[in-house]
Amino acid sequence: MRRSTRTRATTAVTAAVLALVVSACGGDDGDTDTTGGDGEATGDSSEDSLAEGVDDGSTITMWTRAATEAQSQRLVDAYNASHENQVELTVIPTDDYLPRVGTAAGAGELPDVLSLDVVFVPQFTTAGAYLDITDRIDALPFADDLAQSHIEVGTQDGAKYVVPHTMDLSVLFYNKDLYTQAGLDPEAPPTTMEEFAEHARAIDALGGDVSGTFFGGNCGGCYVFTWWPSIWASGADVMNDDGTESFLAEPEAQAVYDIWKGLVDDDIVAPGTQDEAGPTWTGVFPEGNIGVMPMPSTTLGLMPDTFETGVAPIPGVGGGESTFVGGDAVGISSNSEIPDAAWNFIAWTLGDEAQVEVLAQNRDVVARTDLASNEYSDQDPRLVTINEVAGVGRTPYSMRFGETFNDPQGPWLPLVRNYVFGDGSTLEQDNEAVDASLQS
Amino acid sequence: MYAAPAALFVLLFFVLPLLLVGQMSASERPLLQGGQGINFPDNYAGIADDRLFWPAVGFTLKYTVIVVVVLLVLSMGMALLVQNRRRGVGFLRTAYFLPVSLGLASASLLFWGFYSPQIGPIDPFLQWLGITDEPVRWIGTPTMALISSIILVVWKFAGFFMLILLVGLQSIPNEVYEAARVDGASKVQSFFRITLPLLRPSIALCLIISVTGSLLAFDQFFILTNGGPDNSTTTVVMMIYREAFRRFDLGSAAALSVVVLLVLLVINIAQFRYLRRGADD
Repeated sequence: MRRSTRTRATTAVTAAVLALVVSACGGDDGDTDTTGGDGEATGDSSEDSLAEGVDDGSTITMWTRAATEAQSQRLVDAYNASHENQVELTVIPTDDYLPRVGTAAGAGELPDVLSLDVVFVPQFTTAGAYLDITDRIDALPFADDLAQSHIEVGTQDGAKYVVPHTMDLSVLFYNKDLYTQAGLDPEAPPTTMEEFAEHARAIDALGGDVSGTFFGGNCGGCYVFTWWPSIWASGADVMNDDGTESFLAEPEAQAVYDIWKGLVDDDIVAPGTQDEAGPTWTGVFPEGNIGVMPMPSTTLGLMPDTFETGVAPIPGVGGGESTFVGGDAVGISSNSEIPDAAWNFIAWTLGDEAQVEVLAQNRDVVARTDLASNEYSDQDPRLVTINEVAGVGRTPYSMRFGETFNDPQGPWLPLVRNYVFGDGSTLEQDNEAVDASLQS
Repeated sequence: MYAAPAALFVLLFFVLPLLLVGQMSASERPLLQGGQGINFPDNYAGIADDRLFWPAVGFTLKYTVIVVVVLLVLSMGMALLVQNRRRGVGFLRTAYFLPVSLGLASASLLFWGFYSPQIGPIDPFLQWLGITDEPVRWIGTPTMALISSIILVVWKFAGFFMLILLVGLQSIPNEVYEAARVDGASKVQSFFRITLPLLRPSIALCLIISVTGSLLAFDQFFILTNGGPDNSTTTVVMMIYREAFRRFDLGSAAALSVVVLLVLLVINIAQFRYLRRGADD
């Protein structure tokens, strides 16, 4: 908790009482979420004010990670240009984000608005880092249209703590020019993992610098993001509902690994695949020498004009389609003293103007299903593909996600690497280590 | 009484944090929620059960032995090379010492860029020269990752140890060598019979610094190899980092830190004994 002045404390107590009356109390430490930026209680129970927050010239601090900086920065700039409140955005290197936020949460030094890689949200909601904003979310006229996978991951014992901020979905990117050269139909992307492998092999046969596919072979988060959708599309799951038991050694998961392993064994993957630790994994496809590979939807805006890029949902073995609904969720931190102003910004980012004119215009995925088809996506059918697949995608839930799957020292990376680059004999044993980590 | 400021300083910046770490290592301390009571001896008992622990200990020791030997031999060679004022010696001394002024994290990032199969200039250059026909997996295999890290560390620190040894070399009076030459000693003989014994204090200092530094290696592996591939370059301090900032468990991170501290204490006491004996000869 940040120390506040005596007057502020008094106001806060008054406000807390009021807050209880209007049942908009958040945080389990008796903290209040109804003091405005000027310390005045704004215990207004009308739907409008609850949904909109206040725009009173407050300075709102916000943190985000470098991976989603572009989207956050655009939203912040647009908000600052049209509001009294001003958001100060701090961008932190992606790899450093969790340690930094964790330390700040422990010290009660979080910013007003905290954006977080959606898979890490459960750990932070449980620790009380976020304010309960159930009533505020429910007061939004489009509450039911928000990306439910983000909302669900941020819901703890019925209380909602976060809303979607930037959507990052995994989809297949394919190089239409190389498809044509390899005698494939550039308008018929793979619809099964078997077909995906077939296409990759056909393109790899072009020779020279061209390779069939590529993936982040030494990057736990990349595997999770690009391979799990195939498991989901096959109708299986990766973990139990509580995220305490791994199904990553089940036959459906193995079937997905096997297809990739075949491509690795036959050298259909680009050089450097096995050693790609993540920092440069999305920079390879835009060079124009990769046939087809799963990548983040946020990279669509970065594709060069030198070749035509196609986008398709990630298929499963034998068909189906799914996606990893990643990106960042955002909420008000429990040590914010200006929750109403913070909410004003967050609510605005979800409104029609921000979603369409700021996000969709830049080929980013919208966070609302009712806007999936908008004037910008209608100009680019690839965006419709991405927006639609968001509806069938998933966001996995686990309290131990980061240390198990993202951390290079976590148990998931050896599991998948031993299988794909090794002989796969240690799968069961490696999966036990994943279980142990999920339950620790 | 005149020692009071120093004593206060030591108390505040050394003894107190040490007590805090000790207390932390005996308690349940999730980073996100603050203290939650006693957890002794579980934090300590859990260390050896961690699947990363013994491989990390093994790697840290292996790395320490190799780096210390390579560094000392190379620094000694460099110091001997630039010992006497000749043409170009000033340039060489500067060139050897330059990498020392760069931060280890920056140097690691620089080398990561050099080694990268995607953006690194080294592989294309070697292929252009015709030395290799495919990218060298600089950080792709356990052996190469270790070698690449050692290249970085040696590049970064050899100049520093060279400087220490150089000062040692220059403090040896010329008359001693003169006397040896008169007695008919060869260059090799005088190096082993005069230079090395008289350099003992400088060598011991280099040893203590490099051994301690290597056992606490973190930055270079954190940035360059990420502890990989397949945890083959995960050091003990990287484990401490993972416990504290990836698993958010300050209690077990503190317990591990205490263990590392005790090990360092034992090793350094042994080294000091050796150093003292050398001084008493």
